[in-house]
Amino acid sequence: MSQKITISPVTRVEGHGKVSIHLDDNNQVSQSRLHIVEFRGFERFVQGRPYWEAPVLVQRLCGICPVSHHLAAAKAMDVIVGAGTGDGLTPTGEKMRRLMHYGQMFQSHALHFFHLVSPDLLLGIDADPAIRNVIGVAQNENFQALAVQGVMMRKYGQEIIKHTAGKKIHGTGAIPGGINKNLSTEERDLLLNGEDPLNAAKMIKWAEEALALFKDYYHKHRDFVDNFSYFPSNHLSLVRKDGALDFYHGVLRAVDAEGNKILKDVDYQHYLNYIAEEVRSWSYMKFPFLTELGKENGWYRVGPLARLNTADFIPSPKAQQEFEAYKAHTNGKPNNYCLHTHWARLIETLHAAEVIKDLLEDPDLQKDDLVVKGKRMPEGVGLLEAPRGTLFHHYEVNKDDQITMANLIVSTTNNNQPMNNAVENVAKAWMNGQNEITEPMMNAVEVAIRAYDPCLSCATHALGKMPLEISLYNNHNELIDQMQSDYTHTKSS
Amino acid sequence: METTKKILIYGYGNPGRQDDGLGNAMIQLLDGWLFEFPMPHVQLDSNYQLNIEDATELKGKVLVIFVDASVNENVKQFELIPVQPTAKAEFTMHATSPGYILHLCEQMFNSHPETWLMQIKGLSWEMKEELTEQAKDNLQEAFEYLKDMIMHPCKLLQEKHTHTY
Repeated sequence: MSQKITISPVTRVEGHGKVSIHLDDNNQVSQSRLHIVEFRGFERFVQGRPYWEAPVLVQRLCGICPVSHHLAAAKAMDVIVGAGTGDGLTPTGEKMRRLMHYGQMFQSHALHFFHLVSPDLLLGIDADPAIRNVIGVAQNENFQALAVQGVMMRKYGQEIIKHTAGKKIHGTGAIPGGINKNLSTEERDLLLNGEDPLNAAKMIKWAEEALALFKDYYHKHRDFVDNFSYFPSNHLSLVRKDGALDFYHGVLRAVDAEGNKILKDVDYQHYLNYIAEEVRSWSYMKFPFLTELGKENGWYRVGPLARLNTADFIPSPKAQQEFEAYKAHTNGKPNNYCLHTHWARLIETLHAAEVIKDLLEDPDLQKDDLVVKGKRMPEGVGLLEAPRGTLFHHYEVNKDDQITMANLIVSTTNNNQPMNNAVENVAKAWMNGQNEITEPMMNAVEVAIRAYDPCLSCATHALGKMPLEISLYNNHNELIDQMQSDYTHTKSS
Repeated sequence: METTKKILIYGYGNPGRQDDGLGNAMIQLLDGWLFEFPMPHVQLDSNYQLNIEDATELKGKVLVIFVDASVNENVKQFELIPVQPTAKAEFTMHATSPGYILHLCEQMFNSHPETWLMQIKGLSWEMKEELTEQAKDNLQEAFEYLKDMIMHPCKLLQEKHTHTY
């Protein structure tokens, strides 16, 4: 008798995702799929709107990473107003945007590690769900400071965003061709030397301590970390023209699982020459792939793991030192271990903290040359490395300044196939031979998906929806078990 | 430093997604009201969603009321429910509950304020900035009710049961 298990994170309003796992007659996993409803309505929504509105409008897409969309759209509009393709802004314009972006990376990565990942790692993914959370972590005397550190690191990053984007909701900091404000000396002093712990030096120190915590955990649980959903893949990201890690701007590079370059530092304005998207009947989310390798072999990972696989070095001293140790673990080859994504994310967190401090000490941020304009262009592409991976914004604008076409490839879409692979690996490891859903089983699937920190298109957050549900079906599609995110069974056979 | 603002009203949602912006719209209404009738002890805040750092904003408060849009079938216009701390984090970073914020506050500062959640019924969630007519009606009713609660906070500090309208 074959059975189907469905894990269904029901999003607030628009986005929707679920995992379906098919068992064969012997209760062995025969197939698993992650389905995510991708939000595509935005691309039609912006048609007809003036191009200069785009950097603000796109923040409607997501309440958790509006800065990424804000800056990617602004970069595309830089091209439209003739301000170059990413490196034509004034020093103040580019550095203010970088500060905003690195502040976002810092707070997003910190939140992810401290509040979502640390309970799984420090308490175990099969720990009692009642204590497997950040409060449970904080109640362990060895990790008491972690919850507070996570909150304050997040708060620090949000303060940077507030002072660079201008406001919390629908920020306006980035505009076509530059920015609309610089950083005052008062703002700089607050962020650089603010009252403990909200200052740049403490953020670097805490980022180092978080890395040390992960490495200590890894030392003690190496088998688990290395074997949890390992699979080889291609990796794609922006890198700076000299090969350095860069979250804000660069050229597109992709490497295969052995480290061979398969996309060699190309201009992302021409991304359509290199990347295509496949539609599959069972998912609303497209599957991007490198056209040179085709649909079957051209899929790739994006995000922290991918970025540290494509970059040659990290341009900040402490993170570079950590990068060298990290790369040594795989003898300089790409790292394909799923849970090493957390290691990579923490190295990026440290790098972001170092860059933030350097930027805050740069007097260019107090200068007044904010905007550049040149020859008006009909089309522009803006890419950056969002916390979850490479984010593509592409627009066409008519002579009346109205947007006529928009195409977005968000980070979670880029990671569609890798997330499917991760879930399948976990399903086979945890669910073979099972005919009911257990709490560790459910959490193992969550851990695999969570490594990619997917955005489930939850741009809205109205109350009244359940975030997660697992359903188990037999081969007649009859529901035989169902578990919700609070680990309560609602139906059993 | 001890805050002088003892009451926090925090509305959240995405104002670019129609009725999801009900929480933000409530803060706008309250902001206009407090401009005419200043109450120095009342603090207003608004964001796309709750975030973990909001736990620090709860420190020193006596009463906190979160305001959010709701798809709850059992709510006709609005509902005010007491919030209890919960340690359960959500599946992703894309949702943080008032109870989780409250629990973090307790964890960080060894105390937490009396906290309520006002959920206002919404009906449509498309990419538009304007609330639906029904949501506007619900908002107005909730606004009148919330003004009364702000002027007479003892009603909420003494009661622990859900108010449904």
